[in-house]
Amino acid sequence: MVLSRTTTESNEPVSSTFGSRYALTALPKYEIGESSIPKDAAYQIIKDELMLDGNPRLNLASFVTTWMEPECDKLIMDSINKNYVDMDEYPVTTELQNRCVNMIARLFNAPLGDTETAMGVGTVGSSEAIMLAGLAFKRNWQNKRKAEGKTYDKPNIVTGANVQVCWEKFARYFEVELKEIKLSEGYYVMDPEKAVEMVDENTICVAAILGSTLTGEFEDVKRLNDLLVKKNDATGWNTPIHVDAASGGFIAPFIYPELEWDFRLPLVKSINVSGHKYGLVYAGIGWVVWRTQHDLPDELIFHINYLGADQPTFTLNFSKGSSQIIAQYYQLIRLGFEGYKNVMENCRENMLVLKEGIEKTERFNIVSKDVGVPLVAFSLKGQSFHSEFEISEMLRRFGWIVPAYTMPADAEHITVLRVVIREDFSRTLAERLVADILKVLHELDTLPSKISRKMGAEDFGNVKGKKVKREKLMEVIVGWRKFVKDRKKMNGVC
Amino acid sequence: MVLATNSDSEEHLHSTFASRYVRAVVPRFTMPNNSMPKDAAYQVISDELMLDGNPRLNLASFVTTWMEPECDKLIQESVNKNYVDMDEYPVTTELQNRCVNMIANLFHAPMGEEEAAIGCGTVGSSEAIMLAGLAFKRKWQQRRRAQGLPTDNPNIVTGANVQVCWEKFARYFEVELKEVKLSEGYYVMDPAKAVEMVDENTICVAAILGSTLTGEFEDVKLLNDLLAEKNAETGWDVAIHVDAASGGFIAPFLYPDLEWDFRLPWVKSINVSGHKYGLVYAGVGWIVWRTKDDLPEDLVFHINYLGADQPTFTLNFSKGSSQIIAQYYQFIRLGFEGYKNIMENCMDNARRLREGIEMTGKFDIVSKDIGVPLVAFSLKDSSKHTVFEIAESLRKFGWIIPAYTMPADAQHIAVLRVVIREDFSRGLADRLITHIIQVLKEIDGLPSRVAHLAAAAAVSGGEVKTAKMSLEDITKYWKRLVEHKRNIVC
Repeated sequence: MVLSRTTTESNEPVSSTFGSRYALTALPKYEIGESSIPKDAAYQIIKDELMLDGNPRLNLASFVTTWMEPECDKLIMDSINKNYVDMDEYPVTTELQNRCVNMIARLFNAPLGDTETAMGVGTVGSSEAIMLAGLAFKRNWQNKRKAEGKTYDKPNIVTGANVQVCWEKFARYFEVELKEIKLSEGYYVMDPEKAVEMVDENTICVAAILGSTLTGEFEDVKRLNDLLVKKNDATGWNTPIHVDAASGGFIAPFIYPELEWDFRLPLVKSINVSGHKYGLVYAGIGWVVWRTQHDLPDELIFHINYLGADQPTFTLNFSKGSSQIIAQYYQLIRLGFEGYKNVMENCRENMLVLKEGIEKTERFNIVSKDVGVPLVAFSLKGQSFHSEFEISEMLRRFGWIVPAYTMPADAEHITVLRVVIREDFSRTLAERLVADILKVLHELDTLPSKISRKMGAEDFGNVKGKKVKREKLMEVIVGWRKFVKDRKKMNGVC
Repeated sequence: MVLATNSDSEEHLHSTFASRYVRAVVPRFTMPNNSMPKDAAYQVISDELMLDGNPRLNLASFVTTWMEPECDKLIQESVNKNYVDMDEYPVTTELQNRCVNMIANLFHAPMGEEEAAIGCGTVGSSEAIMLAGLAFKRKWQQRRRAQGLPTDNPNIVTGANVQVCWEKFARYFEVELKEVKLSEGYYVMDPAKAVEMVDENTICVAAILGSTLTGEFEDVKLLNDLLAEKNAETGWDVAIHVDAASGGFIAPFLYPDLEWDFRLPWVKSINVSGHKYGLVYAGVGWIVWRTKDDLPEDLVFHINYLGADQPTFTLNFSKGSSQIIAQYYQFIRLGFEGYKNIMENCMDNARRLREGIEMTGKFDIVSKDIGVPLVAFSLKDSSKHTVFEIAESLRKFGWIIPAYTMPADAQHIAVLRVVIREDFSRGLADRLITHIIQVLKEIDGLPSRVAHLAAAAAVSGGEVKTAKMSLEDITKYWKRLVEHKRNIVC
C-alpha cells in the first residue's frame, strides 16, 4: 500500500483516502476538530465506521420498513432539501399530505362525505400521533369536567400492560395516570372486561391496540366498544376509545376487511397508524385521524394561512423532512388497494412458512396467533438449560438480528423470541432462518448450560442440598428474570 | 404519441406520458383500487411537485437546502435505518453521542475531559424546546412540592418575538406564557422587563439567540446578571433556557467572546437546530443540559443497549438516522475552521445585500449587523405600496421572500426578510438586488392599492381618512390574513 505524502497544508487533497493521514489520527469524539478534512475522507471514514452497524434488512426485530423501490428512493432524494413545514413555499407537498390523510381516514371508514376533508395529520411516527390523540382526549375531558363544575386534576388512561413505551411517555410527560391491565400467562393482550371495569370518571379514554408489539395480536375492539357503550349508558361518562393501530392499521383493512375495529364502532374517536411500518415507508412517518372535527378541540389547533386558505396544523414537531410524506403518497397510489393486499397476503404466507418450520423442530411453543400482524413469537418448550437469549445471541453470528423479550406483568416468567415478517422478508429467507435456528439448537445442545455454570458447580455436586428438579428450575428462572429485570421493555422496538 | 390500449393493469407501459394514468384523475380522497406501474407513479408525483417552490430560492427559511454529494450519498445509504434501534445500529447511536458531546463542548458546558455530556438529538428545535421546558417544569414542581407550595400555575417568561413552538409548548403542556411586549425599534426581549415579570411560579426565562424576525441576539448576559440579583433576593432560583435555534452555530464561530452559553451560571439548557446553521437538511435538532442535575431523572427512560445503559429522553421514537449521520459528517468534514469560513461568508453576503438595498433609498434596515446573517427591511414610505406587494412581485422571478408584521406592540411595522444561507452566493445577492430595483420601478407605475382601498372606504364610509389611518387599515387587513404569524418558518 502506497502511503501518500505527508502534507501539512490542511487544504491539500489526498491521493488515497485510506492512506491519508486522517485514517491515522484519532477521530474527534468529544470536541469539534480544529481543521476541515476533505469531503471524500469524511465520507469514507464515516462509512467505514457504519459498516459495523447491523444490516437493516436482516433486522428481524423491527416492524419498520427497510426497503423501497428505486423510483421511490429517487423521489426521496429529490425532496430531501424540502422543509415540510414551509407550506407556503411547498404547497404541493402539503397537498400530498392532505390527500394521504383523506385516503387513510376513508380506509378506516371515517364517516365522511365523498369530497369532505378528513380531520388528521402526518406525524414523525406513532409516538407523536399518540401524544396528539391523547392531548385531544385530555383537553376534551377537561372541558367537559369544567362545564360540569367538577375537578379535572387527575386524568387517567386505561390500557393493557402490553402497550408500547410511547404510551408510558405520554402518561409521564403530559401528567396523565396510566392504569394498566395486567396480562396473564397465555393471555397477552388487554382484556376488554377488565378494562371497562377500570374506567372511572377521570378516564380520558381507553386505548386498544391493533397489533400488539409482543405477539402481533389484534385486541377485541368491538367487544370493548360494546361493553363501554353499556357502561357509558349507565354512568353518563361518555368515555371514548382510541385505537393504536400502529402496526395493524395497514394490515386489517386489506386482509381482514370484515373485522370491525375502526370508525365503524361508534366509540372510536381517533386512530393512529405508522406509515413506516406496514404503510411501507422508511422510518419517520405516522398518521393520526380523528372521527370528526368535534373530536379535536379547536383550541389545540394552530391556524396557518397558506395559499389564502386556512391550513390547520396540530403537531409537536415543526421543521422536518418532506421525503417520507411524499413516499407515503407514492405507495398509496403506486400499490393501490390490490397492491397492499398482495403485499400483506404475501407477508402472511411467509409467516406461516416460518411458523411451520419452527414448529417442525419440536423445540418451541408458538406464542403468536395466526390472525394479526405477520410475525412469529416463540418460546422454548419445557424445561431447558438454555434460554431464548442465548439463541438470540447465537443467531447474530449468522447475521440475523432476532430479539428475545420477557413479557410484562404479570407474565414475566415467559420469554419469547420474535421474528417480524416485513415486505422484504422472502420465503427463501424464511427457510434459511429455520435452517440456522436448527444449527443453533444443535450447537446449544452440545454446550453445558450457562445457567448451571452460573449457579456454581457446588450446587450440582452438593449431595446435602437435595433440590427438587422443579425448585432448581425456579431458581434458574429467577436468575434470568433478575438478569433481564432492568431491561424494561425498552428493547421492544415499535 | 402511442396510446397504450391494454386494459390489463400489469401491462408495462411504453411511455409514461402517454399512459392511461395521466388521463385519469389523480386520486385525492380514496386509495385507488388498482396498482399502477412504478415509473408512472414516480412521474405523476414528480410532475405535480414541479409546482412546489425551489428550495434553494426559498429565502424565507433558515433551514439548510444544500449539502455536498458525499453527504447525500451517506444519507441515501442510511435512509432505511430506524434510529431508535440502538441495539441493532450501535455505531449510529455512538455518532449521536459524539455530536452531543461536541455541541456541549462548543457551548462550554462544565464537563471533565472524558465526561459524557447530557443531551440528545431531536427532530428539530420544537421537540428540543418541549423537552427543555418539560425538564424545567418538573424541576419547578419538585421544588414547590418540597416546600409544600401549590404547583398548578406554572408560567414561562419570554419575549413576544418567540417562535411559535414556545406557544405550542405552553398550550400543550399547560404552562402560562408571559410575553414581554416589543416596541417600535426594539424587537427583542428586554431583560429588565423580563426579570420584572418573573414570579414564584416561573419555571424559567427563555432568551433567544437569533430572533426569528430580525436575527438579533438577545442580551443573555444582562439577563443572567439581573436574574442572579433577583434570585439572591427571593430565593426562587429561576433559571434561563437559551433558544439558540439559529444562533447556536453562529455565535461560537463569529463572536466567540460573546457570553451567552453555559459560561453564564444561570443558563441550564440550550437548544440548537442542526438543520439551520448546523448545515444539515430538515429533521435534526439538539438539546444540551448543563449537568445531570438539570434533567430530572424521572423523565428519562433507560434502554439497555450493548449491555450498557443508554438513557433516552425524546418525544419521538422511530425516526430516520440520516440527519444525525449527516450532522456528524459536517462536524468532522468542516471542523471549527470550516464552520467559521462559512459563517463569515454568509455575513459578507448579508452585508452586500444590505448595502444594495440601502442604496435604493426606499428601505429602512430593521435587522442588526450582529446576529444571524439575514436582512430585514421595511419600506420608508408605505402609503402607496406595501412590502406584501413587493413580496408577491418578487415571486415572478422565482424568489420566495416573506413579508411579516411584527408582533405586539409593534404591529404597524411590516418587514421583508431575506435569510442568507450557505448556498446563497454573492452572485445571487447581486441578482436579487437587481430584481428588487426592477420590482420597485414596476410598482411605482401601478395605481396604489392603498389609495384605492382608502378611496373605497372614504366613499362608502363617508369619513375622510388620513394617509396614516389608511395605512393602519391596510396593515390591519393584512394582519388579519397573517394574524397568527404561523407563516413564520423556523
